[in-house]
This record gives sequence, C-alpha cells and structure tokens, in this order.
Amino acid sequence: MTQLPTSTQKKLGLVIDLDTCVGCHACVISCKGWNTENYGAPLSDQDAYGANPSGTFLNRVHSYEVTPLATSAKPHPAAQTIHFPKSCLHCEDAPCVTVCPTGASYKREEDGIVLVNEKDCIGCGLCAWACPYGARELDQDEGVMKKCTLCVDRIYNENLPEVDRTPSCVRTCPAGARHFGDLGDPDSDVSQLVAERGGMDLMPEQGTKPVNKYLPPRPKDDLPEFDVLAPYLEPVAENSGGFIGWLDKALDKLPSKGAN
Amino acid sequence: MHPAPSVIIFTTLSGLGFGLLFFLGLGMPDVTGWTAFWFFVIGYVLAVGGLISSTFHLGHPERAIKAFSQWRSSWLSREGICAVAALLVMALFGAGLVFFNSTWQPLGYLGALLSLATVFTTSMIYAQMKTIPRWNMPWTPAKFLTLSLAGGALLAGQVTLAVILLVISGGITAATWAIGDGAFARSGTDMETATGLGRIGKVKAFEPPHTGTNYLLREFVHVVGRKHSQKLRIIAGTLAFVIPVFILLVLPFSHVLALVAILSHIAGVACARWLFFAEAEHVVGLYYGKR
Repeated sequence: MTQLPTSTQKKLGLVIDLDTCVGCHACVISCKGWNTENYGAPLSDQDAYGANPSGTFLNRVHSYEVTPLATSAKPHPAAQTIHFPKSCLHCEDAPCVTVCPTGASYKREEDGIVLVNEKDCIGCGLCAWACPYGARELDQDEGVMKKCTLCVDRIYNENLPEVDRTPSCVRTCPAGARHFGDLGDPDSDVSQLVAERGGMDLMPEQGTKPVNKYLPPRPKDDLPEFDVLAPYLEPVAENSGGFIGWLDKALDKLPSKGAN
Repeated sequence: MHPAPSVIIFTTLSGLGFGLLFFLGLGMPDVTGWTAFWFFVIGYVLAVGGLISSTFHLGHPERAIKAFSQWRSSWLSREGICAVAALLVMALFGAGLVFFNSTWQPLGYLGALLSLATVFTTSMIYAQMKTIPRWNMPWTPAKFLTLSLAGGALLAGQVTLAVILLVISGGITAATWAIGDGAFARSGTDMETATGLGRIGKVKAFEPPHTGTNYLLREFVHVVGRKHSQKLRIIAGTLAFVIPVFILLVLPFSHVLALVAILSHIAGVACARWLFFAEAEHVVGLYYGKR
C-alpha cells in the first residue's frame, strides 16, 4: 500500500558526518558489493570495462568546494573541499512512496525503512521523479527500481556476528563518518550526536522530512588562538637534582641575550 | 527531464483523443450510424494508441495491471482507472449511436466527464512534482485540459468553440512558459539547500561521484531543449494556435483546410510537449552542479 504510515515505531536511519568523511568511496563499493548479491535484483553495470561505463548505485559520494563568505577578519577565506555521501534518506513524508501506482514502494510501519517490492514494480520511474535526492535508480538490466534498503538483510540478520548487524556502508567506513541507529529515540547515540553537532536536513523546503541527518563540517582554517605545540616545548627540567640540576642553575646565572 | 518519445506521443495523442470523446459524449456533433462510427474510431485510435505508447517506457509492461490498485494516493493509478472507465462508458454510448441509432445521453455525459478526468489525472502526474518546479503549479492542469478541449473541438468540427478554445489554450500555454521560467529560482531549492552547506558559503560541484554518466543524469538533466527554447516556443505556438485559428477564421471553410488546421495543431502540440519535458529542470541536477 503506497499510503504512508501515520507514524512509525522506529525511525531507523543514518547520520553522516561531513567533517569526518575523507571521500574514499569505500561505502560506495561495500554497498554495491553487499546489495548486488543480496536483497532483490543485482545492481547491474553497462559497458563496465568499455569507453562509457555506467551502472546502478544505491550510494554515491559527491565532492563539493565551498567558499566561505568573506569577512573583515578574513577577507580571503580558504575554500573547503567537502566529500558528500548520498543515499536514500528514508523520509517520513516520502513522496516516492505515494506516487507509486502499483504499491511496490512502501514505508515500513515498524522501523520506517522505505523499500521496493520488486515483484510489483513496473519500472515506470515515477518514484525517481518524485525523489529530490536522486536516491532511486532504475536498473537498466532488470527494469525495476533500486534503492537503499538500509541493509534490511543485515541489521536483523542473526546469522551475522552482532558487530556486522549494521548497514554495509557504516560497517565499512574507515573514518567513522557514518552512524546507524534509531533517530526516533531522542536518547539513542545517533540522536545525541545530531543534537550535539547540529545535524541538518537536506532540502528541508521540499517538505520530505528526511530521517537521515548530516553533521556539518567544522571550519578548516580556524586555528585555535594558542599554539597547540607550546605545552610540549616548555623547558622540562624542574627541581632536578644532581649534576644536571647544578648545570641548569649554573647556566641560568650566566648573562645572555633573551634570558628568561 | 529526458523527453521520452513514448510519453510525448502518449500525452499528445491521448489528450486529443479524450478531447474528441468529450465532445462526442456531449453530442457535439450530433451524429449516428456510420458518421458516428468514424468519429468514434478516430477518438479511440488516438486515446488508445496514446495509452499503448505510454507502456513502452515501462521496465515491466506485463505487470501494468497492478497499476490500477493505488488510486488512494497515486495520480498515475487514478489516470489508469479514469482512462479505462472513460473508454468503457464511451464504447457503450458509441454503440448506442452507431448500432441502435439511439442516444443514451446520461452515458454520454458520464463518458465526457470521465474523458476530462483522464486528462486532468494525467496533468496531475506532472503538476504534483515538487521536484520539478516548472511543472509544480495549477497552470499545468489548466494547460493540459484546455489543449485537450481545443484539439477535441477541432477534431469534432466545432468551429466557433475551437477558435475560442485555441485562443484560451494558446494564452495559457504562453503563461506556463512565462511563469515556468522563474519557477526554479522561486522554489528556493539551490545547491546550498541541497547540500546543507549554504551556512558556510557558496557551494560549487568539485567532483562528480563517478567519471561516467548514470540513470539520474540521463533521466533528469537535459540541456538541449533549453538551448533552443525560444525558437521552439515560436514554432510550437505558430503551429498549434496561430495557423489553425487563421484557417478557421479567415479562410473559407473546406475539409482539406480543416485537415491542415488539425495536422498543424497536432504538430504544434507535440512540439510544445517535447519542450514541456526537455526544458523542465529537476532539482536532483543540483547535486551534480547542473540544471
């Protein structure tokens, strides 16, 4: 049924830290690897080794250059490079679900995951039109719509070690830039992280109420006022005794330029 | 948006076909027997031909029957139901006219209403898309409905009505072009809101996710249409509205000239429909630094 549930028991989703992401694309590869051989149809590639390769991906990493606005203190602020992973945001008001004519697209009442029942999908593409984030891609070989499942076949999978019961992208990220949890529970780790770091929605004006949140990058050219290395460069000989203690005191007594 | 030929053929022909069926349902022209038969054949060929064409872009057309199930939320599902209902009711009404020489008028009115509802539901598939600001306005259904009625009146030989409706639909089409041009900017969605990085400063796409293209770019980012937008608007407007109105108003009536007016109108509407898709910008292009 493509009507949205009025509320969901959980709001499972991702929190992506734009401050930490190093743009390595490991999440893209692990996502493709897991999802091409598990839930639903494989993620096909066309002309993979040819001149014009293209394929289906559920997660893609963009890179942006952001130039901060000039201020009187910083007339020429340094540009920042920000790596930006993007996958389905499992929106509360998912427009992709309600446009589906067959009922193939649905949002789960129990955990809020947005899924496609591929046996019902006619491949009309309308859900991809309705999604502002480009989270849905029509597979060219299978003719059905593919999207992030939040690794629904991992997170509840008791055949996997507990540490692996998390989306493949989260498990793989070497920088710890991806977090998974229940964003409907204000006490969960992910909700705390969002509150602490000012997590944000993408395109809030589209009214989709995304569950996934993005943590904004910290300014890169703001060094702290003090020299971070100074504490380590202070003289360390204090109250030392013996020959070194006598030498320290004797040398201090000699007049010198720049003496303390 | 990618201007898929199947969808352009579908919306152009079906719009005309259901427009003609609307007038036939109202008894305009009031025909029976063989004359009615040929009018209904034209209406059905256009409407059904368009509907069949629309299935060509589906990944799994063999499952199309499932598309009738989600009328509670989906305009596409509602469109399918309205189209089938309109065709069934008008078939009964047409059978009365053709084979029994009798006018079952309530069926005609119902069929006319369902025909218009089909065009309206089609237009709402596009008008509901918040992701495509150029389409996301009440002018979109107004355009589809008036174009369908104008084409229908033209095919039904309702000269006076056709002239009035052509002028109105021409005006509304021009309005959708003018209003649509600023719609993306007015929507408030830009690269800064798309990435959430606007609070830092100006955002520029630095590297795309992949060196190659992908489904999203093929489907949603199309720049050729916008490049020639002004020229195509003049061509579409001349063919769809100016030439038919000139023929109907100025030249003496003849069937050959009426046929020229109809063909010119169809060519113009098809051209405008191509542009409707080709110059529509989807917000997802922003993630690629494109429109």
